[in-house]
Formats: sequence, structure tokens, C-alpha cells
Amino acid sequence: MTTTAPAPATRPADAEQQPSRGTRFTSWAANYVDERTSMSGLVKELGRKIFPDHWSFMLGEVALYSFVVILLSGSFLTFFFQASMAEVEYDGSYVPLKGLEMSAAMQSALNISFDIRGGLLIRQIHHWAALLFVAAIGLHMLRVFFTGAFRKPREVNWVVGFLLFVLAMAEGFTGYSLPDDLLSGNGLRIIDGMVKGVPFFGTWISYLLFGGEFPGTQIVGRLYTLHILLLPAILVALLGVHMLLLIVNKHTQFAGPGRTNDNVVGSPIMPVFAAKAGGFFFIVFGVIALVAATVTINPIWNYGPYDPSPVSAGTQPDWYIGFADGALRLVPPGWEFMIGPYTVSMNILVPILVLLVFLALVAVYPFFEAWITNDKREHHIADRPRNAPARTAIGAAGVTFYAGLWSAASSDLIATHFKLSIESVTHVIQALTILGPIVAFFVTKRICLALQKKDREIALHGFESGRIVRLPGGEYIEVHEQLSEYERWRLVSYEEYRPVMVRPDARGRISQGAKMRSAISGWFFEDRIAPVTNKELEEGSHGHH
Amino acid sequence: MADHGSADSGTAVEIIATDPGPRSAAVVPTDRPQNPGFPPERKRVADLDPAKEKQQERRVVAWFVLGIVGAVGAVAAYVAFPLDTHGAVDPSTTRITTLLIGLGIALGLFGIGFGAVHWAKSLMHGHDLVEMRHPTRGTPETREKAVAVFTAGNEESGFSRRKAIVGTLIGALAAFPLPGIVLFRGLAPKEDANDVLRHTMWKKDTRLTRDPSGTPIKASEVTLGSAFHVIPEGLNDSEHKLEEKAKAAVLLMRLKPEDLHPSKGRENWAYDGIVAYSKICTHVGCPVALYEQQTHHLLCPCHQSQFDITREAEVIFGPAKRPLPQLPIYVDDEGYLRARSDFHEPVGPSFWEREH
Repeated sequence: MTTTAPAPATRPADAEQQPSRGTRFTSWAANYVDERTSMSGLVKELGRKIFPDHWSFMLGEVALYSFVVILLSGSFLTFFFQASMAEVEYDGSYVPLKGLEMSAAMQSALNISFDIRGGLLIRQIHHWAALLFVAAIGLHMLRVFFTGAFRKPREVNWVVGFLLFVLAMAEGFTGYSLPDDLLSGNGLRIIDGMVKGVPFFGTWISYLLFGGEFPGTQIVGRLYTLHILLLPAILVALLGVHMLLLIVNKHTQFAGPGRTNDNVVGSPIMPVFAAKAGGFFFIVFGVIALVAATVTINPIWNYGPYDPSPVSAGTQPDWYIGFADGALRLVPPGWEFMIGPYTVSMNILVPILVLLVFLALVAVYPFFEAWITNDKREHHIADRPRNAPARTAIGAAGVTFYAGLWSAASSDLIATHFKLSIESVTHVIQALTILGPIVAFFVTKRICLALQKKDREIALHGFESGRIVRLPGGEYIEVHEQLSEYERWRLVSYEEYRPVMVRPDARGRISQGAKMRSAISGWFFEDRIAPVTNKELEEGSHGHH
Repeated sequence: MADHGSADSGTAVEIIATDPGPRSAAVVPTDRPQNPGFPPERKRVADLDPAKEKQQERRVVAWFVLGIVGAVGAVAAYVAFPLDTHGAVDPSTTRITTLLIGLGIALGLFGIGFGAVHWAKSLMHGHDLVEMRHPTRGTPETREKAVAVFTAGNEESGFSRRKAIVGTLIGALAAFPLPGIVLFRGLAPKEDANDVLRHTMWKKDTRLTRDPSGTPIKASEVTLGSAFHVIPEGLNDSEHKLEEKAKAAVLLMRLKPEDLHPSKGRENWAYDGIVAYSKICTHVGCPVALYEQQTHHLLCPCHQSQFDITREAEVIFGPAKRPLPQLPIYVDDEGYLRARSDFHEPVGPSFWEREH
């Protein structure tokens, strides 16, 4: 092969500057690739792209890396798993189940666990990675929410991320159902019951989904197609969009000296960020492998094959389904009625609607806040949660609501562990789920405002140094020390909002929308602590002592 | 709060329409402290002391060596503990291979991960770099060109002029997925969903048998306070065993006859205190498997609906609404329990057309 060697490598030089073999090869390879792909442009654009650093920015990375682990371990599992509900007599090497009738899916899942060396390890890596994946997405979303990183221009990427969250849960549930063991079968039974509760179409959707009556012989194969083909394809595509928008919008950063809304301060991709992030991938993978090696998860051999008759008490769904299961449990008795000859299952519809509305509120929150503030600027400085008290309080209320539903999924375990009656546990959680968010809202808002006041106090008057001085008159004082201007900047640099007043528009009218916006913005921004001004700083430093 | 915030602060703030946009809640700062700029750089030990730098380098190397050790160790563990695939597996072998291969892999990964991160943190160029942001929207020229592209496309195709073409195109695009939707009817068999949900395997004179063995049950075997998990006779030989079982599973209990309070028309559905109720929860279909002997309550372990057997399985707690359907039973000449008929209503979770 003839190549024109790239210029830097062929510059005539004395013997000492003669490039080494490795350098010559790298140059040749880089040239080869560039002449065919124009890769140098991409490297030039992205190679030194700056990423800001903060521990909370790792959460999204954990999600991404655990997804890679899921893809790797999942591909291994597909080589052995049989997505078939054909009935077989178990003939593997796990003695207690020998001779039992089960589906081919269950048998192959058992074979992966007992007849393939390291198979159980990969199964557990896959399951633990999936749990971590959804958890990391959830925490990543909370980080983005509480720091306001969803604001313009990132609203679209918030929605993309939200879809990824939903897809991750769908992936989790479809995967959970595949081994066709007793637990997964009961999970599907609940889905079947929920689907049947849908007015008009429910009966038929269930019938089509299961290929006839529950459980049928189709569902595992169908879920498998969703689990390994359709959902991952959509997930990967959206993940690409998510990353692309991250590059276009650039990462947010927290306020700090030298950092502005117009710059990004941090490490370049090449080499520092690449080394840290690449290394972090291996650490995440390592943690998953460590947990999978030492902690059993989903021991299907204990549950046995699916049978519609038995059920084990106290079983729990995977954590991310808990809030849905809990919502079903919290419905009080009697929520079902007839319209003429038709049955309306409010005991199923209400939880489904509550979950959908909750998810919808999460999805649209950025647009809601943008509408209230009517702020058309781009925001690249992440808020400290205390500096957006109303938003933080809304987030805390949402988290409390979710936690209420989630804890309800374990109501039976709470009752048995603490020797309480299931009825009282259920009633308490019902109350907490409804009242908890309201309390959380007000408490969080007060805490945020108090923290802001404290910041203000420290910025203006410094912090208590712990040094007590006795004045000539006998008075004792504690000496306050001033912050450096770098430390202070972190406390004083945040954005201020205040309620918008209702004013007539250009045509002299006041629309309903404007009135509503004004009312909500009052609720949002009425209680607020104004950022420190220069004048106050001067007065503060002179006025003291 | 507001009085502490805005009034006390005495800031002369005004909404400036040009910046955050008109009618925004954002306050444009006028008298705020200036960004002090970057603080002086702080060097790391490895930047100042070549001996420390060498030490850090050795640490990175040590991590990577551990990575190699871990990966090789995982392979060694794989080889050292073969599974006997032809006979019984010793669960401890599975446990030990899972543990050792996993630990080896974890160590291999940690070696690479911690080594790379340590390299980046202690040896690579340490201080922050700055990159400028640009507005996300395109420059005015770019946007103008983009508009021109659309305008040209519109003019050259006549998209907005040729109303008939566009209208019919939208119609055709809306119609084209319809066959796809219709094709999905094939997901389920051709029988009407509503017919199959209404019947179970229970018929007149079907014997009650134990789950899962299928041996028939004599009334004399059902002692006071006991509960039996029941399936219809012949279920184990049925072609659609699981589907039938998912509808026909029954719980059999014996109470004192005076504890039962049968409603009109159901007086002969029990035999000497023995009653049979569907085991499939009327909420979302879990098996209502927990019988509390003292209170005669049935508890669904999935969502904690509770049914009172003394009151014809009426719901006393939880999200379920309807009582569990009762299976009418009698005792034949040989003393075996038999069904008088199928259930008189569909079993399991509610559905829209249930009482249609």
C-alpha cells in the first residue's frame, strides 16, 4: 500500500528527532483514517472539548456505563436463553427441580445459572446493572431537576432523558418477565389484571398481548423481541440524541470564580476527561461485577416455574416497579362501579392515571417553569437548590409522593417486620402519600430560604472564626473572618426572580393566561432572599466592628 | 419573607425588557458584585516534587498490574472449577465459580479504572481550561440561509400552493398505517375474548382434586379449620393446563356450618360447612393464597385485599371490590366432593364487558 506520509512525520531532521516506529505507525493510521473519513475535523472540534467537574455530574455517567454493561452481559445471555414457553421436563443439573414441568425459557434460565460456568455471574451482572441503570437515571434526573439544568436551552434534552427513563423501566420489566418463573409470572398476571381494567379495549388488549387467555404460550417470546430488539434500538437512538444535544448545548457548570454563563471551565476530553471517564466506566463495571459475584439476585431456582395457583407471600418487585405496585395497593375498598352493563374499575384506573399524570408532570416541568418565569435567556450555570426555593420544594414534594407510593409496595413487609397490622400500615402510607408532599413542600421551602439567609449573612459579615476576644470594656466578642472574594462569589452569584405583575399587552388587554401566570409566579417567587449587592457588601464590611 | 428579601435589601432592581425578554420574572442585576475571575492555581505535589511524581507513576503502574492479575485470575478460576454437566450439580461449585470469576473480573476492571483515574488526577495536566459558549441558535446568516432553503423547497415543489396534492398526501399517510394495525388482530386466536373468559373447566359433577397432584378429595378429609388448594379433575391432562388453572383454581375450607351465612339461592352451595371459592383475586388476579383460620379471612399477598369467608367472601379490606366467586359443591355417594356447576360469574380481575 502506498501512502503519502503526513507532513509532521516526514520533516527532515537529525537522527535524534527521527520518529519512533510507534509514532510512524500512529501517523500512518491517522492519515489512513482521515483520508477516508475526514476524522481530523471531528478530532479538532471535539478532542479538546471542555467538561466541567462536579461529583453530581457522575450520575449520568453511571447510567451510561451501566447501560453498556447491560448490553455486554445481555448479549452473552441471548446466546443461551430460549424465549419459548414450550413445556419441557427439566433435565438440568439443579437436583431439587429435576423432572418438573416448566417452560423452555425457565429451563434455559436455569441452565445459564447451573450448567454454564460463569453463567450465573453474567445473569447477576445483567440484573444488578439493570437495577443500577434505572437508579442512576433517576438520581441523574433529580440532579438535573434540583440544579435547574433543564432550563433553556436544555428542555428538549430533558424530555429525551425522560423518555430514556421510561424506556429503562420498560426494559427492566420486560426482562424481569423473561425467565418465566413464579415471580415473573405473577408480575405478568398483575399486568394482565391492570390491562383488563382499561375501559372499552382492556379485555382485547390483554387477549392480543398474551395471544389468547393468560398466560398463554406467546408472551415470553413477544416480550423477548421487545426486550432485546425494539426497546434497545429506540433506547440507543435516543441515547445518541441525548449525547448529541449534550455536545451541542455543552455541559452546565456550578457558579464559581471565573465561571460565567458564557464559558465552560474544566478538563479537556483529551486527555484528562477521557482518562477519568474511561476509568470511571471500568470502576462502575467493577462495582457491578463485585456485587454480582457476592450477592445473589433473583434466585429463580427457589421460586420454581410459573403456576397460576401458588404465590409466595412477601415477594417484592424490582425496585423501580415498586411505585406502580404501591399505587395499586393504596386504593381504598370499593372503587369499582357499573355504567349500565359495563364495569368501570376505578381501583385500577385511578392508580394508572395517577402514575401517568405524575410522569407527565415530570416530563413537562421545564416548560411549566419557563412559562412562569418567561425568561428567554440561556442558562448554563447550575443553580444551587437553595437558590430556587419553590422549584426545590416542588421537587421535594414529588420525591415524597414517589416515596409514599414506593413504600406502599412493601406495606406487607413493613407490617410483618414491625409487628403492625397491614390495615394500619396501609392507612398511614395513604395519609403520607397525600399529606407528605404538602408538608415536604413547605418544610423544604423554609429550609431553602433559611439557607439562603445564612449564605447572605456569611457573605456580608463573614463566618465565626471561633476566636473569642475580650474587649477593654469587659465585653466578649467572637471575631468574624471575612471570606475571600473567590469563596464569596459562590454565595452571591445567583439569579433573582420576582413575581410578574399583570400588565395589559400591546393591545391593552389582559389575557387569562397572563393572570394565571402572574398568580403562579407570585406563589413561586413571593418568598425570596435577594442576592447581595455591592452596596450591602460595603456596608457590611465597614459596619462590622 | 418577602420583606426580608426585597424590601430590606434596598436594591434598585428593574425588569429590563431587552434581556430576559418582556414580562419576565427575571430580575436583571444592576448592583451586584463582579465575578472575581479565576483564583490562583494550586500545584499538586507531583507538579512540585519529581520524587512524588515518580511515586504516583508507580502507583498507576501497580493498578494496571493488578488489572492484569485480576483478569488472569478470573480465567484461572474458570479452569480450576469445572462444572459436572452430566450429573447433579453441587450448588457450592456454582457458588464458588460465581464468586471467584466475579472477583477476578472485578479486580481486573478496578485495576484499569483506578489506574486511569489516578493517572488523570495525579499526573495529567492539572488545571482547568476555558472554552467559550456561543448562543445555541444559529447565526443570523445561517438562519437566513435555512429559511431560504425551505422557501426554495416550497416554491420548487409548490407544496403550499397545491392544496389538493398536500391534502390527499396527508390522507394517504394517515391511511397507510391502518393495515398494519389490522394485521395485529392476528396476535390472538379468532375466538371472542369475551366468550373464553366466561367459562372455566368446572362443569356439573366435576370432582374437586388436590393441587397439584390431582387426587380427588373426600368430604371426610376436610377437617374443621383446614384449607385445601383445589383444581378440577382432569386439569393435569388438559391441553391448556396453565390457562385453565389460571381460571379454575379454587380454595376449599371447612368452617362451622353456623359461621356461614349463605344468601338466598346459595343455601345448597356448601356441604356441612365446606365451601369452595375461586382463588383468583377479583382485583388483578393474584392467587388469594393466605387463609387465616381463626378469623376465616382470605388475604391476597399481592395487594392485601381481604375477603371474609363467613360473609360469602365479601371484601373487607384492600383495593378489590367484588367478592370471590363461589363454586357450588355437593358430595356424591362415595363421599367425594363435586361441583354442582361452573362458577355463576366470570372469575378473576374485572373487565369492561364482565356483566354484559
